[in-house]
Amino acid sequence: MDDDRSTPIRVLIAKPGLDGHDRGAKVLARGLRDEGFEVIYTGLRQTPEMIVDAAEQEDVDVIGMSILSGAHMALLPRVVELSRSRGMDDVLIAAGGIIPDADVAKLKAAGIGEIFGPGTSIGQIAGYFREHARRRA
Amino acid sequence: MADLPGLLRGAVADERLALARLLTAIENDAPGLRELLPQLFAAGRGGHLVGITGPPGSGKSTLVNALTDEWRRRGQRVGIVAVDPSSPYTGGAIMGDRIRMMAHAADRDVFMRSMASRGELGGIAAATWMAAAALDAAGYDPILIETVGAGQSEIEIARLAETTVVVEVPEMGDEVQAIKAGLLEVADLLVVNKGDRPGADLAARHLRAMLSTAGGRIGRKPPPIMLTTATSGEGVAALADAIEAHRSVARSPQEAPARARNQVRRALAELALRRASQHRAWDSTLQSVSDGELDPFMAAERLLGEDDMA
Ligand SMILES: Nc1nc2c(ncn2[C@@H]2O[C@H](COP(=O)(O)OP(=O)(O)O)[C@@H](O)[C@H]2O)c(=O)[nH]1
Ligand SMILES: [Mg+2]
Repeated sequence: MDDDRSTPIRVLIAKPGLDGHDRGAKVLARGLRDEGFEVIYTGLRQTPEMIVDAAEQEDVDVIGMSILSGAHMALLPRVVELSRSRGMDDVLIAAGGIIPDADVAKLKAAGIGEIFGPGTSIGQIAGYFREHARRRA
Repeated sequence: MADLPGLLRGAVADERLALARLLTAIENDAPGLRELLPQLFAAGRGGHLVGITGPPGSGKSTLVNALTDEWRRRGQRVGIVAVDPSSPYTGGAIMGDRIRMMAHAADRDVFMRSMASRGELGGIAAATWMAAAALDAAGYDPILIETVGAGQSEIEIARLAETTVVVEVPEMGDEVQAIKAGLLEVADLLVVNKGDRPGADLAARHLRAMLSTAGGRIGRKPPPIMLTTATSGEGVAALADAIEAHRSVARSPQEAPARARNQVRRALAELALRRASQHRAWDSTLQSVSDGELDPFMAAERLLGEDDMA
């Protein structure tokens, strides 16, 4: 089996939490499309259950969450836990937002692949997804 | 390599991740898919295949959501495939149709999948058809296929459905002149959505008058025209009734054979193109044609003549 990815990487972009604007998430979605990703955009105020339900039906390679609300310690590990409990063990889960350094280590230990701080370029995020998303035939 | 028969068994047993992974295999034309097709179609449960098409922003996804509300009230399990165009430059896509379906996010009896069209050679019409077959095998009925009624390939997808609903809006004005030919041909039901906007009634009447003239010209009975407001649900129960009523028309001895022939013709054209494009000599053959060394018919003969995949 060759290692080249013959099909685009599928990414779910979600905005968990209650804060009410999603400009950043939309910019990211468009940027990833321009990098050749297939982006499923789910909109605002997603609960972890909604995110994982969507990720399951869409069989995405990556779940990317944009979070501002400060509820990251409650929401992000829950997404990992639900995904794993549904058998989605090989789905890469990442997040972006303003998250204190002390929490970043805890989130990574909980299974979040990477946390992208403010100012990360879309090219960097795309590069990370390409490197770490599962491969399939 | 994925165990496709295993995924199909899982999908039939209502395992959602198995169904999702089967859909991925279909989308990617994964190895072993061809061999699975007889089992896939044999597992069908007779779900009603409904195409929803129309210009961007006309309210298709909102209407799919409202129809899903209605069918869930009637106890049906609803499957949805939403197809969005891939960028011809980067191959990427943004699929935002789930935004309108948030109310059904936690409903285990609704299954929605977004698919990118992946270009002319991606075989999207065949993939959509097989995806609908997978949802059918998993017991969803109806199965709704949302496509943007813009390009030829989207119209082709709509044509594979048993019942095709074309969604327009009151403001369409002159645009409708430009699109009516292709869309009229595929519409089994025509919806004027955004019925809350001024002029909606008038637009519906206008369209009716126009279509009865145009319909006469192409020798086909004009489709019924219905008015809906997808955001409030107004007119949606009547639309669901009309869609259900059309199911038996599409399956009647008068219509079924012609529809089946049409479906096979579409699927064949697409598969032939796709297979030919995977031929080892695809690039060199196209080069020979553009160099004037080979005529296009000989080229097609060469690319289809033997099963010689790259
Ligand atoms: N006023 C009004 N707006 C609607 C109606 N149906 C949809 N919309 C709005 O039209 C926009 C596009 O809807 P969407 O369902 O995404 O359209 P699609 O691109 O055809 O799928 C959204 O802002 C909807 O809220 C309707 O019946 N009335
Ligand atoms: Mg839509």
